[in-house]
Amino acid sequence: MDDKLIIAGREFSNRLMVGTGKYATMDLMSRSLEAAEAEIVTVAVRRMNLDEPGESLLEHIDLNRYTILPNTAGATTAEEAIRLARLARAAGLSEMVKLEVIPDPATLLPDVIGTLEATRILVREGFIVLPYTTDDPIIAAKLEDAGAATVMPLASYIGSGRGFGDPARISLIIERAGVPVVVDAGLGVPSDASMAMELGASAVLINTAIAKAENPPLMAEAMKLGVRAGRLAFSAGRIPKLERASASSPKEGVVK
Amino acid sequence: MRIVVNGQDREVPSGTTLGGLMELLKVDPRRVVVEFNREIINRSSWEEHVSRELKEGDALELVQLVGGG
Repeated sequence: MDDKLIIAGREFSNRLMVGTGKYATMDLMSRSLEAAEAEIVTVAVRRMNLDEPGESLLEHIDLNRYTILPNTAGATTAEEAIRLARLARAAGLSEMVKLEVIPDPATLLPDVIGTLEATRILVREGFIVLPYTTDDPIIAAKLEDAGAATVMPLASYIGSGRGFGDPARISLIIERAGVPVVVDAGLGVPSDASMAMELGASAVLINTAIAKAENPPLMAEAMKLGVRAGRLAFSAGRIPKLERASASSPKEGVVK
Repeated sequence: MRIVVNGQDREVPSGTTLGGLMELLKVDPRRVVVEFNREIINRSSWEEHVSRELKEGDALELVQLVGGG
């Protein structure tokens, strides 16, 4: 079935984006990306450790295979996020940026006002902006108006694995959005990923739930299947929920 | 003279150039993004900047892509 994810005119086949943080080893990370069949992978921008340079992430990521989506994690203000986005672009791998403006370390909830400001500026500078946001449909619409290429609402707190607090809010965002909706943050298990896709999300982004699983490559494969099942179900069209039973076998011809 | 690299003070010989600093720090400039006093130096124009001389108090950031979500 030809069912492409299109972000700012670029086509992708796989709807599971995978983060590259928190893996115990680089080998586990690259095997997980492979098992997920990810096409888009997120990375962060950080100061180089000049005393102990360590392994380079990019030696473990096949740039012919994966599209790099740098994030602005660590930014607490719009200004810091813009600076990180520019530094990321200067690495020369991507015009895309996963915009995060996160002032509160306890919840890692986004500052949606700062996110909106930074979106406007980065769009003007030619970035393809994928902003991380709350599950608020009003903010999602404003981000889209500001030129965001997708909106990335959270299911719950980053790294929490709690799944959806209120899936109806994500549904509302999806219903109103004219750009792809990527559910980002808080997914714990494949059924969460399935639910996101069943609701009509265009994609999901998962990091912690894969990286911190006991067997990350296996969880990556499970997430891939969850995303695929959910997407197929969405395309197939679910039955309405009924208040009462509806028999599956004929009512007529019952032997008495 | 004293400059600041990645938030840390460093002593370097006066007259050190940007290219010279990279050699001093054993950093391959193709593997980092260099921000010099808040100005990003694009890799494509790196050669034009190697002989720029550093001054007391200059601030540099040498960043790279790392694992993240």
